[in-house]
Amino acid sequence: MRVGIVCPYDWSAPGGVKQHIRDLAYALQDQGHEVSVLTPCEDESDLEPFVVSAGRPIPVPYNGSVARLSFGPVSAARVRRWVRDGDFDVVHVHEPASPSLSVLACWVCDGPLVATWHSSSERSRAMTAFYYLLQTAMEKISGRIAVSEKARQTLVENVGGDAVLIPNGVTCKQFEVGDPFDGYPRPGKTILFLGRIDEPRKGLHVLLEAMPSIVNRFGDIRLLIAGPGDIDGVRASLAPEIANHVEFLGLISEDDKVRAFKSADVYIAPNTGGESFGIVLLESMAAGTPVLASDIEAFAKVLEYGQAGALFANEDSADLAAQLEVLLTSDERCEALRIEGFRRSREFDWASVARDVVRVYEAVLQPGVKVEADFSGQVFGRFG
Amino acid sequence: MMWIIIGVVIVLIIFGVYLASTAGRLDRLHHRVDTAYASLNEQLLRRSAIALEVAMSGKLDPAASLVLADAAIRAQENEGDPVDRAQPESDLTKALAATIGTRDEVAVLFEDPEGRQLGNQLSAALHRASISRRFYNDAVRACRAVRRQHLVRWFRLAGHTPWPQTVEMDDEVPEGFEGR
Repeated sequence: MRVGIVCPYDWSAPGGVKQHIRDLAYALQDQGHEVSVLTPCEDESDLEPFVVSAGRPIPVPYNGSVARLSFGPVSAARVRRWVRDGDFDVVHVHEPASPSLSVLACWVCDGPLVATWHSSSERSRAMTAFYYLLQTAMEKISGRIAVSEKARQTLVENVGGDAVLIPNGVTCKQFEVGDPFDGYPRPGKTILFLGRIDEPRKGLHVLLEAMPSIVNRFGDIRLLIAGPGDIDGVRASLAPEIANHVEFLGLISEDDKVRAFKSADVYIAPNTGGESFGIVLLESMAAGTPVLASDIEAFAKVLEYGQAGALFANEDSADLAAQLEVLLTSDERCEALRIEGFRRSREFDWASVARDVVRVYEAVLQPGVKVEADFSGQVFGRFG
Repeated sequence: MMWIIIGVVIVLIIFGVYLASTAGRLDRLHHRVDTAYASLNEQLLRRSAIALEVAMSGKLDPAASLVLADAAIRAQENEGDPVDRAQPESDLTKALAATIGTRDEVAVLFEDPEGRQLGNQLSAALHRASISRRFYNDAVRACRAVRRQHLVRWFRLAGHTPWPQTVEMDDEVPEGFEGR
C-alpha cells in the first residue's frame, strides 16, 4: 500500500505529533508499506529518506502562542504536487483542525482520506466563526482516529461524529537492550521513581512517606529518583536515616532511562491522578522491570487490574510499602510480572499500533481508486 | 431603480453559487455514504465467511460448531439492507462471543499453525467490520446534517436519493480477540 502522511508542524522542532508520525512511518515501512511524509521544515538537511519538505513554516500568533505553520497558495500548490506525484492509495493527515498543511491536504485531496486527532482543546472562537469552512474540509475525511479518550471527546464536541481510538505506541525494542548502571543490580534491592519531583500529581511525596517503613524492612534498599525539579529542596526535607538511601539522578537522557529501568528491581509510579495513559509504565514493562503503580483508572487499565503489574491504593503510603514488600520478597511474583508485563507492553508496541492503523486504511480503501488532486476543492473548498 | 436591479441580480448570483456549492457538497457526502457502505458490506461478508470457516474447521466442539455455523449462515442470507441485516449480524457477534470469545478459548485456537491463521483472519475481520461500521455511521450522520438544512429541503437538492440509514448492531470485538 502507498501511504501519504501529512504533518502540520515543523519537522525540525521536537514535538509529540512529529514523534508519533516518525514512529508510525517506520512501523508501516517495517510491514512493507511505502510511506511518504509531507511536512513543513525549517532545516532541510539531514531528513529521513521518506520525508518531503513543504518549505519553511511561518511563525504566526495562533491560539494564544506563536505557532510555526504552513499555509497560503505556495503551500497549497506543494501539497497538490505531492499528491499528484505520490500516487497514494490513502492519505493520512494529522491534527486536521490546525491551520496548517493538514487542512490544506483535506481540501486538495480527492479519495480515501484518514485523519488523526492528537490534542484535546476547547473550540476557539475563530473555529466557531470558520466552522462552515472547516466542516466542508472535514467532511472529506472518511476515517477518523483519536489517540486518546480526551482527543476523541474534543472531536465529538467540536466536529461531531465518532473516531476509532488508537493510542500512541511504545518503541519496545529501544527498551529491551541496555546495561544497568555500574554497581547494579544490587543485592540490597533498588527501586525507581521517574518524573518531575516537585509536581504533586507525580506523587513522589506518597513514596517518600512510605520510605521509613520500607527502609525499616529492607535495610540496604536504594531509591533512585530520576527527573527534573528542585532537588536540593526535596533532599533537605528528607530525614537523615532516609536520605542516605536516596539517590537523585536529575533529568536523564533516553539512554539513561533504559539503564535506570535495568538497574531497578521495581519501578514505582505513585501518580495521584491526571494521567491519561501511562506510557512510562509500558516502557518499564518493555525493559522487563516489574511495575508497582497507584490504582488510578488509567494505570489499572494498562496493568490489566493487577495482571501485568502490581497496584496499590492511590495516595496510601502504607499500602505502597506493603505491596512493595510482597514484590521484593517473592521472586516468583516478580518473574510472573516480568513475563506478563512484557507481553502487555507488546500489545502497545508500534508494530501493533501500525497493524490497527492499517485496518483503518483498509476500511476506507476503494478498490482501484487512488488519491487525486482535487482542483476545485482547493480553490473553493466546498465544491464537489 | 437601476441599482435595485443590480442589487437583486447580485443577490441571486450569490444565492445560486451557494445552492450549487451545497449541491456539490451533498453529492460528495452521498458518494461517501455509498463507498462506506460498500466497504462495510464487504467486511461483514468476510466476517461471516471466516466465522463459517472456523465453525467448519473442527477446532470447536460439535455443539459450538453448529451454533456458530448457524449464526454465520443466517448473517450471510441477510446481506444488503442496512436495517434488516442488523439483527442477524448482532446474533453472529453474540454467537462468536459465546463459542470463541474468551482469552483461553482464543489461546487454544492459536495453538497450531492452521488455527493461528484462521484466528488471525477472524481477528482482522472482526476489527475491520467494527471500524467500517463506525465510519459508515459517521458518513450517514454528516450527510443527514446537510440534508436537514431548510434550503436543501425546499430546493430538493437531494433529488430522489433515499434518506440514509445507520446500521445499529452489536459488533463488539470479543474479549479474547482484543489486542490481537
